[in-house]
Amino acid sequence: MNASRACGRQKNNFMATVQNTEIRDPAARASDAVEELRDMQGEKMVLNMGPSHPATHGVLRIVLELDGEIITKAVPDVGYLHRGDEKIAENMTYTQFIPYTDRLDYLAPLANNVAYALAVEKLLGIEKNLPPRCQYIRVICAELARISSHLLGVGCFGMDIGALTVFLLTFTEREKIYNLCESLTGARFTTNYTRIGGVSRDTPPGWCDAVRKFLNEVVVNIAEVETLLTRNRIWVDRTRDVGVISKADAIDYGLSGPNLRGSGVDYDLRKAQPYLCYPDLQFDVPLGSVGDCYDRYLVRMEEMRQSVRIIHQCLDKIPGGFENKSKEPVNVTDGKIVLPPKGKVLSSMEELIHQFMLVTEGVNVPPGEIYFGHENPKGELGFYIHSRGGGTPYRMKIRSPSFVNLSILSHLMPGHMMSDTTAILGSFDFVMGECDR
Amino acid sequence: MTALDLAKQLKAKFGDVLSEPAEFRGEITIQLADAERIAEVCEFAKKELGFVFLVDISSLDNYGEDPRWTVVYHLRRLADSCELRLKTGVSEEKSELPTIIGVWRTANWHEREIYDMMGIQFRGHPDLRRILMWEGYPYFPLRKDFPLAGKPTQVPEVAFTKTAPLEGGPFVTAPGGKDAIEREPRVRTPEE
Repeated sequence: MNASRACGRQKNNFMATVQNTEIRDPAARASDAVEELRDMQGEKMVLNMGPSHPATHGVLRIVLELDGEIITKAVPDVGYLHRGDEKIAENMTYTQFIPYTDRLDYLAPLANNVAYALAVEKLLGIEKNLPPRCQYIRVICAELARISSHLLGVGCFGMDIGALTVFLLTFTEREKIYNLCESLTGARFTTNYTRIGGVSRDTPPGWCDAVRKFLNEVVVNIAEVETLLTRNRIWVDRTRDVGVISKADAIDYGLSGPNLRGSGVDYDLRKAQPYLCYPDLQFDVPLGSVGDCYDRYLVRMEEMRQSVRIIHQCLDKIPGGFENKSKEPVNVTDGKIVLPPKGKVLSSMEELIHQFMLVTEGVNVPPGEIYFGHENPKGELGFYIHSRGGGTPYRMKIRSPSFVNLSILSHLMPGHMMSDTTAILGSFDFVMGECDR
Repeated sequence: MTALDLAKQLKAKFGDVLSEPAEFRGEITIQLADAERIAEVCEFAKKELGFVFLVDISSLDNYGEDPRWTVVYHLRRLADSCELRLKTGVSEEKSELPTIIGVWRTANWHEREIYDMMGIQFRGHPDLRRILMWEGYPYFPLRKDFPLAGKPTQVPEVAFTKTAPLEGGPFVTAPGGKDAIEREPRVRTPEE
């Protein structure tokens, strides 16, 4: 009985749908289609690219207005990964914010750590007093992060426009960098390595040798990527003269990093406002000549080689040598900035007080405001810190390179073909974690 | 030429509207008394003093003080990397100042972000919409009177319409609540 009732209900439902469906004769449908076509002609199509699109490298959404295949208008829509990092920073001590910097440009966390630590140290006025070994370690970290970020940038750029092999090659090398990160910091991805006034730990035994070994391997791999792409007919056709940014536009839109230098503007913070031990190191700043996607790709390739060169020099010169036999310090000695050694905390009164004050109240920073810009892989990562004294910033503004770089899209994209969007986005190498903060 | 010389030139041009250049940690800060003239000052700094690069615009909420807002501009010369920080105060009643998109186009997104986060209006901005928060969000989250936990909104069908569960600091769960299995229904109990 139940079964028959169920059948009846189904039948009724079925009937209802039939009654609601309007069946029209073919002639009427055809005339409707003609009407529709007439409306369609000359009408522009609006296409939503993202927020989940493989070529948008995260959650960038671009609303494209298309006339056929030509883009007539592009409106980037950001903010899908907004976590309120600046608000969070106002509510915690300076040291507590270091893990949050990992999550800005999550493809180069070590470089973010270095940038943030340097910003706070500038506010404290101790950035010139950092121990030399700490400076060298930080430069090695920043440059490893640059190689890692550019490997991913080039790999994904290639994958987006059909060169999948490159992606596989570069990811093999990135894996090695992650292994190095793991043995140095204890984490592969969220490194949280630097501290205000130093680094969390010295290099582990054998680490410098491993870095040297990696450098010798990565240059082979970069050369291989180069043979796959640089003279590849399809690659060149897809990227040359696509997404051309003039020098004036690049400056006007505040581009930074490889995107600025790809347009031929000779500005690298490592040279222009040298920090850490960069003045002691020899390296070149590659520049593009046209400002197209191809130039930005070439700049990234050369920057990787220059980073390799920088790290080789650092390993040659690092104070204390590979295993730090002479016990060079890696932190400033000021007990009011850096946590004391654990052994002393439990045996000495002064160190106990320092430890307690640092953990509960944080580093006591003087009132004032500074801006520090760091040459991150993606461009200039800047921290503007406004302090009113005490252990937490009153306001911290993060000037993220991806955010500023993306603002040129609405100017750059119109006039390009739809298929060029992936090339342009790939060549920009942005990260939404940093863009949205 | 140092940043201090350039700041003095700027001061010489605009007189009493600008404060004396102050130096802290090697950076030069100059305060502009009348926010209405910001575009004019920026124009001069760019055209005559060579500050072609606008690094950043940020904003401050001096909650409980007058003027409540400070808008901070970071200018840079690319040739010799001289930097200048330009600050101007905006009162809470007004909460408006002229845009500088006409000087640097990169100001577009920076100004949108300040509007989004602080609620300061930029007069003459062609597209002053929210940028990080969503369209229709009623608050300005970086203001000091906006709590870290967030505020409930009446906007239907969007995330974060309730305050975040935190106690003391961000992402701290309240003690004495449910255990892991109750909190997370996907956790399997051993009997299964």
